[in-house]
Amino acid sequence: MTAPDPNDGPGGAPSAGPGAPPPALVRSPLSDGEWHRLHPLTPLLRGGLFLLVVIGIVVANLRDRLIAIFFPWSGEDGVDVDMQGDPVDFVIDNNLYLVALLIVVGVLAVLVGGFYLSWRFHTFRITDDDVEVRSGILFRTQRRAPLDRVQGVNLTRPMIARLLGMAKLEVIGAGAGGNVRLEYLSTENSEAVRADILRLASGQRLAEESARREAAGSRVAALGQTVSRGLTGLVEGDEAPVAEPESVVDIPVARLILSHVVSTTTVMLILGVVAVAVGAARGTPWLLFAIVPGLIGVGAYWVRSIIRSLRYSIAPTPDGVRITFGLLTTITETVPPGRIHAVEITQPILWRPFGWWAIRINRLSGRNAADTSADQFTTALPVGTAADVERVLRLLQPGVPADEWGMIVTQGMVGPGRRPAPVGEDDAEATDAAADGFRTSPRRAWPLRPLSWRRNGFRVTPDLLLLRRGFIWRRLAIVPLARLQSIGIDQGPLDRALRVAGLRAHIVSGPVYASLGAIDRDDAVAAFDDIAHAAVAAAGDDRSHRWAEYLEAPVDPESGS
Amino acid sequence: MTNSPEPEAPVPTTPSEPDPASRPTEADRPAAVALPAEAPQGTEAAQTDEPATFDRIVESRSESRLVLAEGVWHQISPRYVWVQLLSSGIVLALVVAATLVLALAFGQVWAYIPGGIFTVIMVWTLAILPRQARAIGYRLREDDLVFRRGILWQRFVAVPYGRMQLVDITHGPLDRAFGIAQLKFVTAAAATGVTIPGLPQATADTLRDHLVEVAESRRTGL
Repeated sequence: MTAPDPNDGPGGAPSAGPGAPPPALVRSPLSDGEWHRLHPLTPLLRGGLFLLVVIGIVVANLRDRLIAIFFPWSGEDGVDVDMQGDPVDFVIDNNLYLVALLIVVGVLAVLVGGFYLSWRFHTFRITDDDVEVRSGILFRTQRRAPLDRVQGVNLTRPMIARLLGMAKLEVIGAGAGGNVRLEYLSTENSEAVRADILRLASGQRLAEESARREAAGSRVAALGQTVSRGLTGLVEGDEAPVAEPESVVDIPVARLILSHVVSTTTVMLILGVVAVAVGAARGTPWLLFAIVPGLIGVGAYWVRSIIRSLRYSIAPTPDGVRITFGLLTTITETVPPGRIHAVEITQPILWRPFGWWAIRINRLSGRNAADTSADQFTTALPVGTAADVERVLRLLQPGVPADEWGMIVTQGMVGPGRRPAPVGEDDAEATDAAADGFRTSPRRAWPLRPLSWRRNGFRVTPDLLLLRRGFIWRRLAIVPLARLQSIGIDQGPLDRALRVAGLRAHIVSGPVYASLGAIDRDDAVAAFDDIAHAAVAAAGDDRSHRWAEYLEAPVDPESGS
Repeated sequence: MTNSPEPEAPVPTTPSEPDPASRPTEADRPAAVALPAEAPQGTEAAQTDEPATFDRIVESRSESRLVLAEGVWHQISPRYVWVQLLSSGIVLALVVAATLVLALAFGQVWAYIPGGIFTVIMVWTLAILPRQARAIGYRLREDDLVFRRGILWQRFVAVPYGRMQLVDITHGPLDRAFGIAQLKFVTAAAATGVTIPGLPQATADTLRDHLVEVAESRRTGL
């Protein structure tokens, strides 16, 4: 299906292409540093929509004529008048069958040729530094994604493509609209290419080591390499795409559906229905018709979001967290370590009786904000129990020390313990806060946070910034300091009168809003300095852009700049 | 919005407590940063080649305001105020003229309403602008840049140098005529919003080179 690979034989020629990845690291014949083409059926899938639209327009325009041809007994009257000026009439009248046929054939040939050429010219290659895609016939575009800035790799299998055994691969870069898409590849190829990309991205040093060995080696070394490659394959199970890693969380379908039913949308719907019913009873019965579109809209929304969340699984792989979801269009995302910029655990009040939580994340998705599919990639856990949350969090933030988890789950999620707060001055609060582990709002801040001032607080650990807020809608935002872009404090006139201030962590945009208001002014100023220093230290220690190296060589704690 | 917590005097002449942090002296300046020497204060420096900057941060007098630890705040040039007054003044004059023409020549009395609202807002903005400009400051610390602005609504941001994605310097025609520039420090987070307006042009260039150099030595991932 692609150009023959010069070095696919055993022992592989040492120099495949410019900067070809060492064969020890790649398993797919497609990722050898040479240019390859996509799956030959790609034009069908990519042009399919366009062709359908064209056919639809033609059919719509010729509908009357087609009816007249196939059902001549119906609608005789008026047909002649309607079809004056129709190109088909023109052809029949002037006896131009041959010309018409030639034109149709010509257009088809141009279309097919165009599709063929665009497929021919659409090539990609995977080197040890980047993934490159070239496309375009007249206007050539070339796009590269450097491997150490890869934010994740998505595998999307839309319904039709899945039937044909094909998949879309999207390498997510850091900039907006900077994604490199390989659509379409056959399923097994895309799985292998994804594994290769992630493996190459995971550690340049590994690659360099292999390259050195390779350069020094002769035929014997090459033979040894083949053997070791095979052995690695045996040990690692050759990254078999069928062996899906076990999901750490299992969401029962009933819970998923119920969690959608028990939501703010439902409350709004019920309120709306009640309002309409009252209005109808008051003598305007036509109001009842207003219910129907509302019901249809909400129903469609439910079905869509439930279908999207079905078959959810989250599992650890050597190259990051792997999240799969979607019933019809299956999306498999692999997020390497250190690509998650913020995590938020939320619990709407309606979910509290069930003890359910949801987890959302901020990450660089490389998509424009207008892209409608963007929202799918921000939910790490649609609905789960506290135990599920802890398991998912351990995957998303693997660097957190074990004793911190208890604090996060008991104090961070559920909030301060239910001890009766002593009524008195600020000193009593200080001891209270110390037991809590979070620096909470002072008592005098209650006008700003009437319900949640006891809960509203933050905690700084060497690696994380935890922001806890919300009494009715509980939220806990977790920001890894190594991903923090900057930190800000602010104070308005009302804050100043109460001697409080706001704290805001600046992170890449996403659903998580890492901001906390109404904390004590001295706490805020101290935290501002602490977090600024801790962020620099954490960023200096962070090696996750080449995560395999990081795992291999545990960093000494004080190696920051 | 009201301005009540602020003192009415445009520049407080008798500060309750002279804050040593906001008095730049050449000795306090970090040695690593070779910002161009500023013209001596107190003289009519606005017409010399190297304009002076403001020399004291204006901030709320409340005890509960946000105060950072000791350090030198670099400030912006007073010419920024003139540029802003000039450009906003032109817009204001155009709006007032348009309103008057509409109302008097064409008898469209309703034009007073939007025109009046706009004029009041503009005049108010221009009136507080000189004080606002004195509240803008930045500090180059060991590992990060700290930026401050605002009096009534105070805001401090600390950006580690390594987080810099790019530095943007813009100067429009008026800015060029007055020899100032605006420096924007861009990170991966849109919320960072560190934009230092009204820097003397030479300072802006030096600062940019310095930031790029420091960021290069502390480069981190995203």
